[in-house]
Amino acid sequence: MAELIIFSLLHGLVYGLLLFMLASGLTLIFSMMGVLNFAHASIYMLGAYVAYTISQYVGFWPGLIIAPVVVGLFGALVERYGLRHVHKYGHVAELIFTFGLAFLIEEFVQLIWGKQTVGYHEPAVLAVPLFEMYGQTFPAYKAFMLLVSVAIFIVLLVVLTRSRVGLIINAAITHPSMVSMLGHNVPMVFMGVFGVGSALAALAGVIAGPSLGTSPGMAVLLGPIVFVVIVVGGLGSLIGAFVASLLIGMMTTFAVAIDYSFGQFFMDVGLNMDPDGVLSDLYTVTIAQLGPIMPYMLLVLILIFRPTGLFGTREV
Amino acid sequence: MIRRTLGLGVAMATFASVASFSAQAETVKIAFIDPLSGGFGAVGISGLKQYQYTAGVLNKEGGTQFEVTGYDNKISPKESLIQLKRVIADGIQFVVQGNSSGVANALTDAINKHNKRNPDKRVLFLNYSAVDPKLTNEKCNFWHFRFDANADMKMNALTDVIAEDKGMKKIYLLGQNYSFGKAVAAAAVKFLGEKRPDLKIVGNELHPIGKVKDFSPYIAKIKASGAQALITGNWGADMQNLAKAAQDSGLKIPLYTYYAANNGITKAIGAGGVDRVRLVAEGTTNPPMTEKWRTLLQGFKAKHPNEDFTQTRITNVMSMLKKAIAKAGSAKPIKVAAALEGMEHKAFWGDTVTMRASDHQLQMPIRILVHTDKGIEFDGDNSGFGLLNESTVTAAEASTPTSCKMKRPS
Repeated sequence: MAELIIFSLLHGLVYGLLLFMLASGLTLIFSMMGVLNFAHASIYMLGAYVAYTISQYVGFWPGLIIAPVVVGLFGALVERYGLRHVHKYGHVAELIFTFGLAFLIEEFVQLIWGKQTVGYHEPAVLAVPLFEMYGQTFPAYKAFMLLVSVAIFIVLLVVLTRSRVGLIINAAITHPSMVSMLGHNVPMVFMGVFGVGSALAALAGVIAGPSLGTSPGMAVLLGPIVFVVIVVGGLGSLIGAFVASLLIGMMTTFAVAIDYSFGQFFMDVGLNMDPDGVLSDLYTVTIAQLGPIMPYMLLVLILIFRPTGLFGTREV
Repeated sequence: MIRRTLGLGVAMATFASVASFSAQAETVKIAFIDPLSGGFGAVGISGLKQYQYTAGVLNKEGGTQFEVTGYDNKISPKESLIQLKRVIADGIQFVVQGNSSGVANALTDAINKHNKRNPDKRVLFLNYSAVDPKLTNEKCNFWHFRFDANADMKMNALTDVIAEDKGMKKIYLLGQNYSFGKAVAAAAVKFLGEKRPDLKIVGNELHPIGKVKDFSPYIAKIKASGAQALITGNWGADMQNLAKAAQDSGLKIPLYTYYAANNGITKAIGAGGVDRVRLVAEGTTNPPMTEKWRTLLQGFKAKHPNEDFTQTRITNVMSMLKKAIAKAGSAKPIKVAAALEGMEHKAFWGDTVTMRASDHQLQMPIRILVHTDKGIEFDGDNSGFGLLNESTVTAAEASTPTSCKMKRPS
């Protein structure tokens, strides 16, 4: 039992922190521009593919640095020459713009890299077990993923709360016209935030690619969950995104380990359930099978009982 | 108006293709409806290449010429039905499909219905890989033929091997949550219960198909259960990710599988799986058994250096179809179907197989193959590792009864 809890904790942590790297950029962009960026998960995918191509030529490590920079620049350009023009037509137009962009990126990726999973692998140094416990090993690459995402969290937190840049960003979020009166280039700040947000998503893609597989479906698989994370955490809240990411990561991972079903619950309280009854399909469903939909159930509950999210200040 | 013109166009196109067929009476078109994109795309694309290569080999021998065209169904039953309409509109009368029993269930129903309503434009469904036992039992119909051993037959053979290992006390079952995964689990429970009542099934679990990228939590659970072996029907990306997670987490128990080879899986398993991963299948490539089979496999490798001939049964589908067309003297689906019933055939690798008339389930010897790097002539993923024939269960032993009540069109 102990081994199951320890390993589920570790795997949940890795998944949760990966979600956080995506959610942090998304929530930053939202709090600044008021735009839900639907293309965020697609940019994550783009990061993985760009890093894959770079790794073909110069190896994994340069890819880890270059790919986020390249994709971050791409994000900044998208903001400068796309989103900024659409901005004057209101939020709906911006929303539709990012929605279209998501499709565009997906098609573009399939056009360039094909529809199949590409062979993007972890570097040989990290393709070894890190430690063994109860006869089960924990791969070094996952530890590396943990390390990178924790480092990103700390850097983001420090920059946003302790630096001048963070001060300007925070001010631009709430009082954009005042900040611009004071002589700061607010559109430039917006572009920067969008670029950094995209780079973060790309970095998440780069480190997730070798572990979870680099395929055109990777955006669709993670995109909805990231939205759940930022809504549950509270739109615009970095701490909220962090807590919600870990919560959802742990929830989906631990759910797998639990074989408890409603039927068993009813049996335990003394009701006799017919295993072949009419509703048996319903009450034989185990928590493990419910795992994938649990984040969405949480989303619905949060929207009903606490529409601001766990740490948010404004309603969705 | 538009609809009428369209209908007329389709009718004319069908007429034209039928007319051209009778004029040449040689080229038979085959529609390959399977995933050519997405997580299972690798399996589909590889299958299509194997069909086209086999068609090329048979075409060189003269007689009926085959042309195989791919239709991407994205592994969705809904998409498959749309593609089926396209196939019918293109005037193609032979459909081959194999990946996903969910798709096969939808196709067999749709084709049965279509053939009832359009006796002049009938379609024959040659299933080469969808192994849900239902397809040749309660859901059987005259237009469906299965060339792969169904999940029950394979599990029957697999559990024979497991039952012999007296030290084996705890087994874990993990599968994809859809008709096939459920069929595998049910068969395992049934056969293990009959052959080894003392053996305990410590886990019987289904996961969402194609949605799990990281199987580590499942591996942790399997490990914690104390299982001594794992039985899984996973295929495609689900098998590859499972193998990767098992490797990463150092899961060292034997794996009894249906599809743990090729398309990146053999490479992912690598040295860690030697003599530990076993697979149940119909044909074997190591050793190739006959010269004829070796030539075909070498030719395929020469043409597609990065692919492997993974689905040996594809050669049975094509050669038996060719034989049936020759025997019937026509490529009319109803005549070809009648000719296929009860047909005996010698496979490329020398086995004798029979198409059982009562349920259209091919009866064939089934083999247990083991993942190794010794004695491998045809490896997988160019990794040096491959599947070696370990034991063979005869066609009679592997056979399972059917509940099919075949209705034949009069």
